[in-house]
Amino acid sequence: MAEWNELTVHEAKARLDQGAGTARELVETLLGAIRARDKQVQGYLEVDEADALRQAEAADALRKKGHKGKLLGVPIAVKDLLNVQGQSCRCASRILEGYHSPYDATAIARLRAEGALFVGRANMDEFAMGSTTENSAFKITHNPWNLACVPGGSSGGSGAVIAADEAIAALGTDTGGSVRLPASFCGCVGLKPTYGRVSRYGLTAFASSLDQIGPMTKDIRDAALLLQVMAGHDGMDSTSIMAPVPDYAANLRKDLKGMKLGLPKEYFIAGVDPEVAHCIQQAIRHCEGLGATIVEVGLPATPYAIATYYIVACAEASANLARFDGVRYGLRVKDATDPFDMYTRTRAAGFGTEVKRRIILGTYVLSSGYYDAYYVRAQKVRALIRADFEKVFQSCDALLTPVAPTAAYRLGEKTADPLQMYLSDIFTASVNLAGICALSVPCGFTSANLPVGLQIVGPAFGEETILRVGFAYEQTTDWRLRKPDVG
Amino acid sequence: MNYFTTIGLEVHVQLQTRTKMFCACRTDFGAAPNTQVCPVCLGYPGALPVINQEAIRLTVMTGLMVGSRINPWSKFDRKNYFYPDMPKNYQITQFDQPLCLGGAVAIDCQGQSRVVRLTRIHLEEDVGKSMHVRDQSRVDFNRAGHPLMEIVTEPDMHSPEEAFAFLLALKQILVYGLISPCNLEEGNLRCDVNCSVRPEGQAALGTKTEIKNMNTFKGVHQALTYELQRQVAALAAGGMIVQETLRFDTDRGVTESMRTKEDAHDYRYFPDPDLMPVALSAEQIKAWEGMLPELPRQRCERLEREYALPAYDAKVLAADKYVADFFEEAARGAANPKTVSNWMMTEMMHLLAEKELEIRQVKITPQALAGLIKLVESHAINGAAAKTIFAILFDKGGDPAVLVGQLGLAQVSDIGTLAALVRQAIDGNPKSVSDYKAGKEAAFKFLMGQVMRLSKGKANPQIVQDLLKKQLSV
Ligand SMILES: [Zn+2]
Repeated sequence: MAEWNELTVHEAKARLDQGAGTARELVETLLGAIRARDKQVQGYLEVDEADALRQAEAADALRKKGHKGKLLGVPIAVKDLLNVQGQSCRCASRILEGYHSPYDATAIARLRAEGALFVGRANMDEFAMGSTTENSAFKITHNPWNLACVPGGSSGGSGAVIAADEAIAALGTDTGGSVRLPASFCGCVGLKPTYGRVSRYGLTAFASSLDQIGPMTKDIRDAALLLQVMAGHDGMDSTSIMAPVPDYAANLRKDLKGMKLGLPKEYFIAGVDPEVAHCIQQAIRHCEGLGATIVEVGLPATPYAIATYYIVACAEASANLARFDGVRYGLRVKDATDPFDMYTRTRAAGFGTEVKRRIILGTYVLSSGYYDAYYVRAQKVRALIRADFEKVFQSCDALLTPVAPTAAYRLGEKTADPLQMYLSDIFTASVNLAGICALSVPCGFTSANLPVGLQIVGPAFGEETILRVGFAYEQTTDWRLRKPDVG
Repeated sequence: MNYFTTIGLEVHVQLQTRTKMFCACRTDFGAAPNTQVCPVCLGYPGALPVINQEAIRLTVMTGLMVGSRINPWSKFDRKNYFYPDMPKNYQITQFDQPLCLGGAVAIDCQGQSRVVRLTRIHLEEDVGKSMHVRDQSRVDFNRAGHPLMEIVTEPDMHSPEEAFAFLLALKQILVYGLISPCNLEEGNLRCDVNCSVRPEGQAALGTKTEIKNMNTFKGVHQALTYELQRQVAALAAGGMIVQETLRFDTDRGVTESMRTKEDAHDYRYFPDPDLMPVALSAEQIKAWEGMLPELPRQRCERLEREYALPAYDAKVLAADKYVADFFEEAARGAANPKTVSNWMMTEMMHLLAEKELEIRQVKITPQALAGLIKLVESHAINGAAAKTIFAILFDKGGDPAVLVGQLGLAQVSDIGTLAALVRQAIDGNPKSVSDYKAGKEAAFKFLMGQVMRLSKGKANPQIVQDLLKKQLSV
C-alpha cells in the first residue's frame, strides 16, 4: 500500500473517510518524508511540525463530530506569498522577516472551511519574481528529478514538494507562468485560473492585474477539486468575478470527440528544445487520437508578449512593493536618522537584486515623460493580445502549446542573464495578459529523465474545458505515475 | 503700482460615512490611536481595497448641488510617494477621470454676489497622522483611509475675503447636503491655497505659490493676507516670486518654504489595478438628483414664505442649516413664528457668539424654546424672567415650566400686591414723582424700574404701568 505522503488529495481523503487512518497519521508520515527529503530538495522555507499536528488532531476531532468537509484532514503546502493566519508570510524576502499574517487569504479561508490543513511554507522566488526559485532570499530549491536542476519558478517550492511527495497538494501563484512553469519542470499539474475566478485577497501582490492563485497537484482531479473550493466571487476583492462556479468534477469525464483544439503557430518555433517539441507533438497526436480535431491558428501579437508583460508587471510591482518600508511590520534597519534614511536602508537591505531591478524598471516606465511610451503603449498591446485570443476562441475550444521552450535547466545556468531567464515565460505570459486560463499537465520526459509539460489554454472561464482535455489526456497516459528517486 | 490678486483653492473634505473609503473600519473621531484599523487600511501584504459606495454617492450629491457634470465613467489611480503616515506609500485617488467636472459656488462678499467656478471634484483616501514625541515619531492610522473629497476651484477669487466667503458658502452647502459635518477642529475640512499677484496692466498671471494644509478659515484669510503682501513687496522691490510650496506658521503669522518646484514629486500616477472603474448610469444619477436636499437659498425663500418672516430674518436663520432646523421645529409649536425668530436672532445668536458654540452643542431644545415663549405669551412670566430662564436652558437644558417654579420666577399679577409695591416706590422717591408731574417722561420709567426691582423682576409690567399711572394722577 502506498504511503500517505504519496497519495493524491482524493486518495488521502478516501482513506481517511474509510477510517483506514487518521489525519494525524497522515501528517506524521508527511512530516517524516519532509524530514527525510527536504534536506536535498529544500522546497520548504518553514514547517511548524507542532502546529501541523495540532491542525491534524483538530481535523480528526471534527471528523468524529461528523464534519463532512471536502478536504477534511488533507494537508496543503502553501507558497510563501499567501497569508495564513498566524503563520509567517515572508514572500521569500528578508524584508518580511518577522511578519506573521493577522488574517487568512480568502482562498485559504475557503480551503480551511472544507477542513484543509496548512502545512509548510513553500519556497519561491522573492515576491514571485523569477523563473527558477533561485531568487529566494533564504534557500535554493532543487528539482527532485535532478537535484542539480532548477524546479522552475516562481512557485518552485510548491512544484518540488509535490514531485518529491513531500506534500499531498500545494498552492502556487501565477503572474506570468509561475504555477505552470514549475509544474512543467517538476512533472505535476498546475492550473492558472481565469483572472477574477479566485479571490486575490490575501495574496501578496506582485502584479495586481495579472496575479492568480492556482492549485499544484498530482493529478487533474485534485486541481479541479481545489479550484472548486477556492473559486467564486469575494466581496473583499473588487476584481473577483460574480460568475457562477460550475461543477468542475462533473464534466471531467466527457471525451474529446467533437472538440476543436488549436495550435498557435507562434508557439511552435525554432528555439524550442527538440525533445520538448517531440513530447508536445506526441501529446497533440494523442489528443487527436482521443477524437479532438486539431487546427492551426494564429496569435500575431505573441512576439510582443514578453516586453508587454515585463512593463505591466514591473510598473504594478513598483507600487505594490512600496508598502515594505519598515514602518509597520517586517524588517527595519536600526539607527535611521530620518524616515527617508530608514526607507532607503531598510529597502536596500531587505530586497534582493531581482526585486530591486524590477522596482527600478517599473518606476522608470511610470515616470513622467516615459509613461506614454511604455505603460500606455503596453496597455494597448495588451488589448491586442486579448483580442487575438478572443478571436481564436471563436473557433477553438482550447489551445495546445508547450509550457516552456525547454525542460528544467541546471542551477545557475541563467542567473547571470536576466533576459535569457525572462524568455522562460515566453509561452505562458500571454495567458496572464489576456486574463484567460491555462494548465500544465505532464506529457513526457526528455532523454535526461526530466519532465515536460503540455500547456492547455482556455478562454475566460474555460476551466471546465481545459480540465476536461487535461483529464482525458492524463487518464490515457501514465506520465503521472512516474516518480523521481529522492533519498 | 496696483497689483491684481488671483487665488484658487483645493479643499479636502472628510465625508460623513460610517466606514472608511476602502475597508469596513469605523470613522469615529477621537478613538484611541490605531484602534480603527485593519489589514486594508494598514497596507498589510495581500490586503485589497473595496470602494465605499456611500462615499461615491456623497461626492456625486455634492457635484449635483454645485451643478457639476457627473462623469458616467470615472476611475481610481495610484499616486506614488513615500511618507510614514501613508500605509501603502501610494494614495488611491482620482487622477484624470474624477467623479465630477465643473460646477460653481455662489458667494457673497462685501455686499457683492459672485460665482466661483469649480474645476473638478474627486474622491481619495485620507492619510494617517504623525506625532513627534521628543526623539520619537509615532503614527496613528485611525484616519488613514477616511473618505476624502477634494474640491478644486478655478483661480476665480481675488482677495482673502473672497476666499473666506467661498469657504463659508462651500461649508454651508456641504452641511446642508449632509455631506460632511465640516467640524474644523476635527479636521473635517482642510485646504491648500494657490495665489499669485501681477501688476496692473499685465495680462499673464504671476508666478504662484501654494500654501499647504490650512485647517481654519481664519487661518486661510491670515495666510493669504500675509503671503499676498509678501509677494507684492517682493515684486515692488524688483524681486521675483519663486514657485514653491509653503506652510503657514500660525504662531508667527508668516509663510515659510517647504519645497520648491525643482524638488517637485513625480507621482507616477497610474490606474489602480485593484479597483474597477466606477460606472454611473443616467438612472442612478437621476435617482440621486431626486434625493437632493434643500439648499440655503431655497430654504431662505421658503422660511420667508412659510413663516411670514422678514427677508433679513430668513437669511440669518437659513445661513446655518442647524439653526434653521432649530427654528422650524420651535416655530411648529408657536403661535407666532416671528416671536421664535426674534428669540433666535437675539438671545440665541448672542449666546452662541459669546460662548463660541455651534447650535448643535447647546442644551436647549426647540421644544423648550417654544414652551418658554408660551409662558411669556400667557403672562406666566415676564420678559426679564424669560431671558434668565433662556440662559439656563442654553447651558443646562431642562423644562422651562419646571424652572419657573424652581426659581420662583412666576409673574406677579395680583392687583393688591402690586398696588402696595407701587405705593412703596412713590413714597420712597418724591423727587421722581415731582419730576414726572413737571412733565419728565424719564421719571416714569425710573419709577417702573423701582417697582420691578421691588418685585424681584416678577411683576407683570402691564399691570404695574396701569397702577403707576393711576396713582401718580391722583
Ligand atoms: Zn481598515
